[in-house]
Amino acid sequence: MSATTAGSVPGPAKNLRASRALGRRRYLVNTIAKALSTLATFIGLAFLASILFTLVSRGIGGLSLTVFTTSTLPPGSNGGLLNAIIGSLIQTVLGAAIGTPIGLMVGTYLSEYGQGSVVANAVRFVSDVLLSAPSILIGLFIYQLAVAPFGGFSGIAGCLALAVLVIPIVVRTTEDMLRLIPVTLREAVVGLGAPKWKMIVLVCYRAARQGIATGILLAVARIAGETAPLLFTSLGNLNWSLSLDKPMASLPVTIYQYAGSAFDDWVQLAWVGALLITFGVLAINIAARLLLRGAK
Amino acid sequence: MQQAVTADTAPPRGRSSPGDAIFATTVRASGLFVLGLLGAIIVVLAIGGMKAFRAFGPGFLISTDWDPVQMVYGAAVPIFGTVVTSVLALLMAVPLAFGIAFYLTELAPMWFRRPVSTAIELLAAIPSIVYGMWGFFVIVPIMAQYVEPFFIDNLSDLPVIGFLFDGAPFGTGILTAALILAVMVIPFIAATMRDVFETVPAVYKESAYGLGCTTWEVVRSIVLPYTRTSVVGGIMLGLGRALGETMAVTFVIGNTNRISYSLFGPGNTIASLVALEFPESQSGSLKLSSLLALGFILFVISFIVLAVSRFLLRPRLKT
Repeated sequence: MSATTAGSVPGPAKNLRASRALGRRRYLVNTIAKALSTLATFIGLAFLASILFTLVSRGIGGLSLTVFTTSTLPPGSNGGLLNAIIGSLIQTVLGAAIGTPIGLMVGTYLSEYGQGSVVANAVRFVSDVLLSAPSILIGLFIYQLAVAPFGGFSGIAGCLALAVLVIPIVVRTTEDMLRLIPVTLREAVVGLGAPKWKMIVLVCYRAARQGIATGILLAVARIAGETAPLLFTSLGNLNWSLSLDKPMASLPVTIYQYAGSAFDDWVQLAWVGALLITFGVLAINIAARLLLRGAK
Repeated sequence: MQQAVTADTAPPRGRSSPGDAIFATTVRASGLFVLGLLGAIIVVLAIGGMKAFRAFGPGFLISTDWDPVQMVYGAAVPIFGTVVTSVLALLMAVPLAFGIAFYLTELAPMWFRRPVSTAIELLAAIPSIVYGMWGFFVIVPIMAQYVEPFFIDNLSDLPVIGFLFDGAPFGTGILTAALILAVMVIPFIAATMRDVFETVPAVYKESAYGLGCTTWEVVRSIVLPYTRTSVVGGIMLGLGRALGETMAVTFVIGNTNRISYSLFGPGNTIASLVALEFPESQSGSLKLSSLLALGFILFVISFIVLAVSRFLLRPRLKT
């Protein structure tokens, strides 16, 4: 708009006063737009700073060795978060372990086998939709499949729900990374007489390993903080339990239960848990980014 | 991406290796598995919700009841809440995200771009539950003490739109939920906008600058028209994320099954209702079926939004 108006108003030669006014107006609009957009960026950064500051200021006071050595206990008895931390580790690791190979295979299919095919485009589309699909629905889905028919919440159901969340993240990074591998490298491998699967597994995977690892790390960071899908699958468990066929504690679900409680020491523990999980997730995220920067 | 095309026809071998056949079958099967996964989610939710759909018919969609005692359930209130909070969240998030993308692509000094980009993207990595706690313990008191009383005192007497600002300043409610959602979707929208703004050929922008355009005029008249489709796609992506957000909303929306026309009134969303009511639903009960039916509705809504988003984004971001 503004760019085209320059042609329709009288130029400097015709009307000096009008062109000065127009120039001043354009300069002013430009300055305001720049100022507002800078302000928007600082508002965004302020949100991040506020969240991190809140976590540190409320969580750091409750951080002690007991948090890592004691399980969740009734209010007032100086409990910790040990079972929740271990439960989260188990479910996150197993979820990633189940989801990663599938995601890797699908990513390989999309990049190496599915060029231009209708099926591959559909798979890519579905994977992209799953990437942003509400995680609570994945929880309901696994509840119907793996909890309701077997009559009880279980750690393994939690792992399955998280695995479903892992798949599309790994698919996306694997496909992107495999596509970055130069064609000359592929031709060199094939020229030596290697079959296609050896080219992919022994050479392409190796060449793309940093990128693929980034995807796995991002997936781990994503599922480590997921609460909603676990509410319907592993449910949470205030007692010490490592069996995968029983309800299993996890950090996010414990935080959810504690943050909404009426007991000060539970709320305090919820903040400690939130501090741990947030900084853990952010650390994994930053590590993934550094790895990716090295890969490119 | 030329190389992948050649790779597909790569192995010029007389006999095919058995490993190739096995590997190709495995990866194709995984591809089909993902297709089946989406189908399974839709079917499982639909079957689970069948009992509720049968019991209430199409009226389920427009009924505002949620009465476990009478065993009458309706989806209208949570659907309303889901749509209203998400749209309000976009109204707040889109201008901020656009400002951030504008700043990052045109204004920020080079050395400053990467750290700021990363910081904004990290907002997307913070777990939903942490947003909920932050919202409940930090934002809700601010809303209750400062923001809402200000609006109620100054705007609730306005004609026509005054009803939006009626009510008591509890701090929780639709506006607070929308605000938290806005913060959560800003990184997705801003990152998409930044990425597509960077695809504008430099020569277009340089031509405009050469004609004497200001930075704002270049963004307004060159960058935005060039990237319009993808920008809408990014906004739809944010909408898709906001629709299904659960934990953060559950903490701050007030969780009342009532359609409130005031921005400060309590409400619920599909996701928050499911999260809260699920623990009190017997397996096989009509209530559980109603929750699954709500899940099915949410899935259909988000699927459509995300499909549109992808359709709009594909030409620009996919090579």
